[in-house]
Amino acid sequence: MAEKMKTKELLFGPIFDNNPIALQIIGICSALAVTTNLKTTVTMCLALTLVTAFSNFFVSSVRNQIPSSIRIIVQMTIIASLVIVVDQFLRAYAYSISKQLSVFVGLIITNCIVMGRAEAFAMKNPPIPSFIDGLGNGFGYSVILLILGFCRELIGAGSLFGMPILTKVTDGGWYIPNGLMLLPPSAFFLIGLIIWGIRSVKTVQVEKDAFTPAPHTRASEAF
Amino acid sequence: MFEHYLSLFVRAVFVENMALAFFLGMCTFIAISKKIETAIGLGIAVIVVQVLTVPMNNLILHYLLNEGALAWTGVEALAALDLRFLGLLSYIGVIAAIVQIMEMVLDKYVPSLYNALGIFLPLITVNCAILGASLFMVERDYDFGESVVYGIGAGVGWALAITLLAGIREKLKYSDVPDGLKGLGITFITVGLMSLGFMSFSGVQL
Repeated sequence: MAEKMKTKELLFGPIFDNNPIALQIIGICSALAVTTNLKTTVTMCLALTLVTAFSNFFVSSVRNQIPSSIRIIVQMTIIASLVIVVDQFLRAYAYSISKQLSVFVGLIITNCIVMGRAEAFAMKNPPIPSFIDGLGNGFGYSVILLILGFCRELIGAGSLFGMPILTKVTDGGWYIPNGLMLLPPSAFFLIGLIIWGIRSVKTVQVEKDAFTPAPHTRASEAF
Repeated sequence: MFEHYLSLFVRAVFVENMALAFFLGMCTFIAISKKIETAIGLGIAVIVVQVLTVPMNNLILHYLLNEGALAWTGVEALAALDLRFLGLLSYIGVIAAIVQIMEMVLDKYVPSLYNALGIFLPLITVNCAILGASLFMVERDYDFGESVVYGIGAGVGWALAITLLAGIREKLKYSDVPDGLKGLGITFITVGLMSLGFMSFSGVQL
């Protein structure tokens, strides 16, 4: 039973309690640029989840053989090989999506989630739990990305997966798309708001003030 | 010729800013921008690594990986090879190696700089901005001269962005932010606004 609980925790913990993007601030690098529409978002989520899970699995299987001084290079080689497989696969079977994702598939290599999990979890745990941990963290990443992709495509282009949901003014409908949602800044705003939402519910995660005015200070003096 | 390089440089710094237009290197960008001094240190380290890795990867691409790139060896079997699928692996290998070598060289010859940059150097290997610049270089088919300029530009752009953000965050810690937004949340919103500001460069034609 205890074993089962642990698996569940590994799989679902990273989704809300310990979300890699919203709490640990890792893996945002390549995440934001691919969320302008859901198609690329879903592809990216699948790619990252698979790479994290398998890199965790392989790193963990060789963890006792790796000398610690060259472990980063070994991990990177494993991750890079997996990413090459994903990249070649996308080029062969989904060329247009692969073109849209451009360099961001390659950037999975330096995605901090993949490296971070390999270093923090897979180096210390057996292969199967590591695999599940990788899946869990991939899901945590995917949840945030899907929310972003959903909001950005719906509000920015009035469609989901390229299917029109809200008819645009240009097509004779009523919806005036909000172009800002397709531009880089909106992703930052949305993530900021998501973090705000999560932290309003889970108040444990709220950061402490870096600076507090001394007691009995007038507001005009303090700032 | 000079104008071409200048416009490439300006484009890399402002219009296609690594951090604010492509979201690259975000993890370090957010995590290490609490103080101006460390931000500048990291920024300089990124510029140096960028200037070395982008041209280096350019040479690797043109003399080892591209289709027919191995023709200089004179061996016919090699000349027919197309090794571009090995690209990702070689670029990240080059980056890791250069960062490692730079660490050793700095440690031996410029210890003061090594101490200043010390903790940031290993972090740079996993900074997406570095690999990202190399991949953009490949995608846009830059030649050697262009890749040098692009490397400098991309590095300077990233350094500029992180220094600006650190400046804002140093002031921001004295302000009264709603509880849930404290720290990370407000930083994201700030970066969003900065990115909005940098977008005003996007119409610039050079």
